[in-house]
Amino acid sequence: MLVTAEPVTREPTTGEPVIEVSGLHVRAGASHILRGIDLTVRGGEVVALLGANGSGKSTLVKTLVGVNPPSAGTVRVLGGSLPGSAGASVGSTRTNRSAVPWERVGYVPQRVGARSGVPSTAEEVVASGLLHGRRLRLPRGWRSEVRAALEQVDLADRAHDALHVLSGGQQQRVYIARALVRRPELLILDEPVAGVDRPSQEAFAATMRSLVDDGLTVLVVLHELGELTPLVTRAVVLRHGRVVHDGAPPAARGDHDAVGHLHVHPHDDEEQRRAPLAELEVQP
Amino acid sequence: MIDMLTDPFMQRALLAALLVGVSAPVVGTYLVQRRLALLGDGIGHVALTGVALGWLVGAAMGLREDDVLAVPGAVVAAVAGSVLIEVVRRRGRTSGDLALAIMFYGGIAGGVLLIGLAGGTSGNLMQYLFGSISTVSGTDLVLTVVLSAVVLSVGIGLRAALFSVSHDEEFATASGLPVWALNIAVAVVAALTVTVAMRVVGLLLVSALMIVPVAVAQQLTHAFTRTMLTASVVGVVVCVTGLTITYWQNVSPGATIVVLAIAAYVVAVLARPLLTRRSPATDPHPDIPDDVEVATATGPGEKEVCA
Repeated sequence: MLVTAEPVTREPTTGEPVIEVSGLHVRAGASHILRGIDLTVRGGEVVALLGANGSGKSTLVKTLVGVNPPSAGTVRVLGGSLPGSAGASVGSTRTNRSAVPWERVGYVPQRVGARSGVPSTAEEVVASGLLHGRRLRLPRGWRSEVRAALEQVDLADRAHDALHVLSGGQQQRVYIARALVRRPELLILDEPVAGVDRPSQEAFAATMRSLVDDGLTVLVVLHELGELTPLVTRAVVLRHGRVVHDGAPPAARGDHDAVGHLHVHPHDDEEQRRAPLAELEVQP
Repeated sequence: MIDMLTDPFMQRALLAALLVGVSAPVVGTYLVQRRLALLGDGIGHVALTGVALGWLVGAAMGLREDDVLAVPGAVVAAVAGSVLIEVVRRRGRTSGDLALAIMFYGGIAGGVLLIGLAGGTSGNLMQYLFGSISTVSGTDLVLTVVLSAVVLSVGIGLRAALFSVSHDEEFATASGLPVWALNIAVAVVAALTVTVAMRVVGLLLVSALMIVPVAVAQQLTHAFTRTMLTASVVGVVVCVTGLTITYWQNVSPGATIVVLAIAAYVVAVLARPLLTRRSPATDPHPDIPDDVEVATATGPGEKEVCA
């Protein structure tokens, strides 16, 4: 697909199923978090997962990437299946999970504060995205791959800065680069723009646009569609652990995100530096 | 100086100190990264029970030197204890620090109890609690070389994967990394380090050698790999220097080494402002446009519509 300045109406794609979830239940202790989720995401789709806090969005995403074990139901990611039964032991979880080609999946977890007791650079954090189940050591030429991923999020010049000195938005972009460095076919993001200022959101949307145009499939947890509105092909809304809407993205509330809204920024020079953003900003 | 280097006791001691100085901070870097800086202490206490257990078994078997099994006993107990704490951490029923505390108490109590049963006194445990590097035997040295080789090959060889797991376990899981095996690897390697360092600095001060060099390195660098490398250099320098001092001065080698390490930390803290570049007084994030216009801003059109 060509990158054009025209607003593209993204028609529903009918690619191969990339994520197939059926009858998924997830329990954590006494609480029943997901109550029978059915969801299919096909190649090339950009699916937004919406819902209030506590509706199960993050749990669903964590189950898809193998962090939370499903209690019942089946989950298939890129043709490989997660174990469907409850009480699967650690060992069997691992052998079954190896059926999913994790090296083709990029995951951006929800941002939490500083996790690490030892400072690490953006380059080191992004490099960890090159590892997967069958590759426990960094491959030859990892530095150039890391640099390319940091360039995608416009942070190549901060490669050797410690993560903790970067701003929240920049840290988030580092974690996105960590997911992109393995050149995934499927990108799963959990609230990538929560607490991120608008310029960073716009930069993020521009990055996502070029990746989607290259055929990336995206499942993204969001609170509001925001800058991603033009990209999203389908919205799935969760409420109390069930899918209550699966179809066209809901209309945005308020006029801020509405079509035809023109952003006026005083930073003209900076806007020009971020040239690709113009495509997103002006919507006739 | 020549005397010191030709003395076979001192040669063995120096080699042991060198190996411990390199390997302890490598493992310590992962422990600090996972905020488990006190894990080494917990393992050290459990290793004491292992020492006493080895002693008990040795006495029961009627071995001529009743402490010959002390180090193997410490290795077994330390590995078992570290794996146990990893299991507890994973189950998440008991918090990590509570489990550590129980290990502390159980380890000391078990050690004192068992050494009594073995016909020894708690005085016999002193050399393990505070180190006795001057009495490192040829067998001890072989064990130290082998264990250090294991520690270094895992700690450095699997650096990228261990970094990933220690930095963000959720992401590592989502990458299909064998998170459980890697966590166990860190725990086992930490246990081996404790037993390796036991003879040099003693069980009570083992953790200092794993952690303090990392604290020194953190003052000087902000990259993970460099922290590990710098910490190892600091570890070697303080171990060898400390041991050399005790060749001429009759003081405890373990305590001297730890005091030197802490002195290095204080120096690093004080020297830090001189070493780090002064951050510019201007905007630290020049590439990020300001979100909110303040009243002092001039020029038309500064009203931000999307702030």
